[in-house]
Amino acid sequence: MSAQSRTQPGESLDRSHLTAARMLSVLMLLTIGLLITILIAATFGSVHISLFNAFTNPASADHAIFFAARLPRLVMAIVVGAVLASVGAALQALVRNPLAEGGILGISGGGALGAIVALVFLSRLGWSESVVPVVAFAAALLSTVAVYRLALVDGQLEPFTLLLVGVIFNAFWGAAIMVVNSVVNFYYAHTILFWLMGSLEAPTWHEVVLVAALGFAGFVALMYYARDMNLLSLGDEAAAELGVDVNFLRRLIFVATSVMVGAAVSVSGIIAFVGLIVPHILRLAFGSDHRLLIPASLIGGAAFMVIADLIARVAISPAEIPVGAITALFGGPFFVYMLRREGGKPLGL
Amino acid sequence: MSAMPLHGSALSARGLTAGYTAGAPVLRDVSLDVAAGELLAIVGPNGSGKSTLLRVLGGTMRPWDGSVELHGVALHSVERRALARQVATVAQENTVAFRFTVLEIVLMGRAPHLGAFRFESRNDLEIAQAALDRFDLLPLAHRHIQELSGGERKRVFLARALTQEPNVMLLDEPTAFLDLKHVVGIFTRFRELASSRGLAVVATLHDLNAAAAYADRVMLLKSGEIVGYGPPADVLTESNLRSVYETEIRVGKDPITSQLMILPLHHVR
Repeated sequence: MSAQSRTQPGESLDRSHLTAARMLSVLMLLTIGLLITILIAATFGSVHISLFNAFTNPASADHAIFFAARLPRLVMAIVVGAVLASVGAALQALVRNPLAEGGILGISGGGALGAIVALVFLSRLGWSESVVPVVAFAAALLSTVAVYRLALVDGQLEPFTLLLVGVIFNAFWGAAIMVVNSVVNFYYAHTILFWLMGSLEAPTWHEVVLVAALGFAGFVALMYYARDMNLLSLGDEAAAELGVDVNFLRRLIFVATSVMVGAAVSVSGIIAFVGLIVPHILRLAFGSDHRLLIPASLIGGAAFMVIADLIARVAISPAEIPVGAITALFGGPFFVYMLRREGGKPLGL
Repeated sequence: MSAMPLHGSALSARGLTAGYTAGAPVLRDVSLDVAAGELLAIVGPNGSGKSTLLRVLGGTMRPWDGSVELHGVALHSVERRALARQVATVAQENTVAFRFTVLEIVLMGRAPHLGAFRFESRNDLEIAQAALDRFDLLPLAHRHIQELSGGERKRVFLARALTQEPNVMLLDEPTAFLDLKHVVGIFTRFRELASSRGLAVVATLHDLNAAAAYADRVMLLKSGEIVGYGPPADVLTESNLRSVYETEIRVGKDPITSQLMILPLHHVR
């Protein structure tokens, strides 16, 4: 009690925990960073355009390139990056492991298989295209629950078993996708390759809006339970003793992340490692509180994907590299670095 | 094993039987009453059901039979978050995923008091700060929990439990692996809290001397059953301890303080 006079609450202590003011300033900072990356990415590409011209002169080539090619692609990168990174942060909270991520755990692979099967059948059965994300969601949910259950050893989530199960799931879904690829005709074969590589090419506005809406719904659900995710870091039992309905929270994260992954995968295919790299860097910079980490990952993931897509477009211009290959080229070494960093210690970053 | 619940008992249990596999109860017909301001120590050998009893008392495990009441209200009828505002538990092992600061961990104790999307108020911060201060943790408030020693970590989780502002605290081996200075420090603080705030404390202990020195009453368990329950001097007797621990144990008194002293006899030639 004596120290109460020495240290006024809020003066030195405010730096050691999350306050509304800090959250606001970090999110604003990240938003400014995102806007800068958007400006850069909109300007550069296989041809350099003037944004000023694009907005002021509707007859210019700049206008046509910006609104027909660059903008839908940019919006897609923002939406998919935001979704994948915030899903990564939530999955990491769920399994208490910073190495968890939708792509690594084989959840995106499951979603992609679902999306492909739906695509192949919907033209034959005359279904609408909106069925694709729904089937992708169902397949992603099935994968999430299966991976989670298989990684439980004596009721405890075993971190390295989890990663191994993810590897197996990835291999399995990849094989299943290849089988579908071999069976269906050439038109679909191209589409399927696209899924395996991960790409932001040629989205329609309808698709963009659908993914953004589903992604945002999942995000709001995750934000509502962000503080409960902090408590989950103490372990299931401690979280329950602090009033968290752990079984409900687990199911909520399963469903919300599967909706988000299903939506993202059904338009962009498997883009891995975004959900690993972005939350990790943000956690190091701004702390582990999920009330900040999840929205920060949303914005940071968008910026990361905009940059990755820019590299994909300009690296070997005028040809393109699939954006999933770019994220994997960054993500692979990053994963190894994180794994070594964790070596021997109980997983806790 | 008082027949009637004490008037004003904070926590009472009747006929608790519980276990993990059907047909093999770990706890058999255990009843207890803990009054506000009382410190109850639960002692017994490994596997005697101490931790299971704490789980049942904390509501994280449903008993097969029997009931637990919190201020006369059936425990299982209390809503989860309301329960967390009344009962705080500190487990024996506390691992934390991700790098949270000491202050962040302690502030997690305010979670049952806060609505969704709400940030901790100045009042919440003051409660956390007082709890940190009580366990001499203020200088460590900004450190990451992973950087702390075992004794410091333990104090962080005790401070978190205190920040819940409970009226019942359940502690599983609060002083395991701690040096003597910390053992004395922690029990002294809980004695203060018991008398100043009327906090009821139930602690499982391996350290029989600490149980004798700090507890108002001691419950001695063997294979999930009560062997003795009452004031330390009545329960921690040579014959009780010999039968429970299957070891020769000498019980004496410090000639100056008349504090109970319990010593196992080691057969060394």
